[in-house]
Amino acid sequence: MCGIAGLIHRGSSADIGSQMTSMLQALKHRGPDSTGFALYGDKATSDHVMRFKVAEQEDLATGFDIHATIVDRKNTVDERLKELGVTIKNEEQVTEYAHRYTFGFDGDLKRVIDFVEDIEGVEILSVGHALELIKDLGDATVVSEQYKLGGFAGTHAIGHTRMATESDVDIRSAHPYWAYPFNDVSVVHNGQLTNYWTNRRGLERRGHRFMSDCDSELIAVYIAHRIDQGDDLHTAMSRSVDELDGVFTYLVATADSLGMAKDVMAAKPMVLYESDDLIALASEEVAIRSIFPNEIDTFDPYEGEVRVWQS
Amino acid sequence: MAELNQEHESHKLGMHTEQLAGRTQQVFFSPSAEENFTYPDGIAVDFNKETEFDAGPMEIRDVNLKLRELMQEGYGTITIRNPGAKHSLGVGILNRLNLTFDGSLGYFGCGLADGPNIRITGRVGWSCAENMMAGTIVVEKNAGSTFGAALRGGDLVCKGDVGSRTGIDQKGGTIIVGGRAGAFTGFMMQRGRIIILGDAGKNLGDSMYDGTIFVGGKIEDLGVDAVEGEMTETEEKWLETKLALYGMKAPNGVKNLTKIVAGKQLWNYDNLEPSEKKLVL
Repeated sequence: MCGIAGLIHRGSSADIGSQMTSMLQALKHRGPDSTGFALYGDKATSDHVMRFKVAEQEDLATGFDIHATIVDRKNTVDERLKELGVTIKNEEQVTEYAHRYTFGFDGDLKRVIDFVEDIEGVEILSVGHALELIKDLGDATVVSEQYKLGGFAGTHAIGHTRMATESDVDIRSAHPYWAYPFNDVSVVHNGQLTNYWTNRRGLERRGHRFMSDCDSELIAVYIAHRIDQGDDLHTAMSRSVDELDGVFTYLVATADSLGMAKDVMAAKPMVLYESDDLIALASEEVAIRSIFPNEIDTFDPYEGEVRVWQS
Repeated sequence: MAELNQEHESHKLGMHTEQLAGRTQQVFFSPSAEENFTYPDGIAVDFNKETEFDAGPMEIRDVNLKLRELMQEGYGTITIRNPGAKHSLGVGILNRLNLTFDGSLGYFGCGLADGPNIRITGRVGWSCAENMMAGTIVVEKNAGSTFGAALRGGDLVCKGDVGSRTGIDQKGGTIIVGGRAGAFTGFMMQRGRIIILGDAGKNLGDSMYDGTIFVGGKIEDLGVDAVEGEMTETEEKWLETKLALYGMKAPNGVKNLTKIVAGKQLWNYDNLEPSEKKLVL
């Protein structure tokens, strides 16, 4: 079933870590398998923030030398970054397998990403000036506490609670998906795409990479491809409504905007609250109400509708 | 099917005492329909006995149990504060009751209603009043998709906009929408009436095989089998009366509503008498 949520503050920032945690926790019944956050910080600089993992959570229970392997993989990441001239300015180990690096680099970022992801077991979750993508197994409160997301100040965010239907219960199949290799573009999705493999083959032939077998990843790659072809976000999303087949509602976030799209059947839910200062949207109204103590007016976007808001 | 003996079949199914004019969409054609609203197993409540409670800190199940307890105690007018868009509130009320939700409901609000008069001051999520049998439900703001799915009787009113597939599989009763309705409204509709005072989305009345849809605004397009019909004087009077009940008006008068009906002949269905149709629905 899955639950998705998004919010964007216009002209201000707030504790989006706590807000998105509340919204996603209210949607826990839609998918308890994993939870993911794409948070857009308000202190974007020319430095890159990279979130990556060197193992799956479930790997920790397998084999005798997994802990040593994890250390080796992390060291290899550091070596390869250094080899390509990346200067790491700050690094945090959030869990045994998840890391957050800040680095300066003005070369070919895609080459860096590909070189790092060439290491077995390593996956870059996001690279951006503002975006930080966090996802792990468990509900929103568990993941939020694990990654210390409370107090994360920013302008906008999207999030996802996953009920695994199309692929495994693991971090690589959890949402959000980063629109590799584009800085700061992320996607969450609720639904099923029925022309997944047709589109995937086409995008792979164009050089795009897929890290999972989850149909939702296709949307992120598709949007990345369309942006690469010169579309703006609204145009890319409008095109997706025609070209992606199935039932879906999805959200896309970029460094300064938030977008939503619904399929032409309006088969998947989305409730929207819009004011001058804040837009909040979610699969269910109960998620929006988790951050509003007062009565608010909400509505459902219609079939085939695409909306984009700026922060 | 042509040889079907209506009386025999209805007796066999234990439906021989049921009147078509009762507890269905035709109730407003009959001033004496009141007598058809009998609830032999319903809880006897006193409308003058009023109370309210706060659902904010309560779990869904506890809210519904509390509501049932209050009805057992004879309370006939109940206000529930802070429903907070929780799901499945007010479901399965099978007796008369004046109920107000002061706020918004989530999914499946007030489903299976059979008799109560319910007012929701906020918005409702998907599938409000699913399988409603009788009574009235009035939503003051907007509604999500599948509003009134499989409605069988009573009046279901949304004063704002509604989502897609409104009245899907509708088998009776009346749905009134003050604003816009989404795609596939009246999808596979079988009986009853839908009144949309605003615009209607695409595929209106797709695959409907009975019932009537009235639209005040623009229709994006009609679904398979849906065609424009001719308004009758009786229908105009009925529309005026029905809308007035809820303080609503057609934007350009009821004469200018567009009437949509099923255009396809379904021989195994259309050759039946009205009461025979009831048996197959």
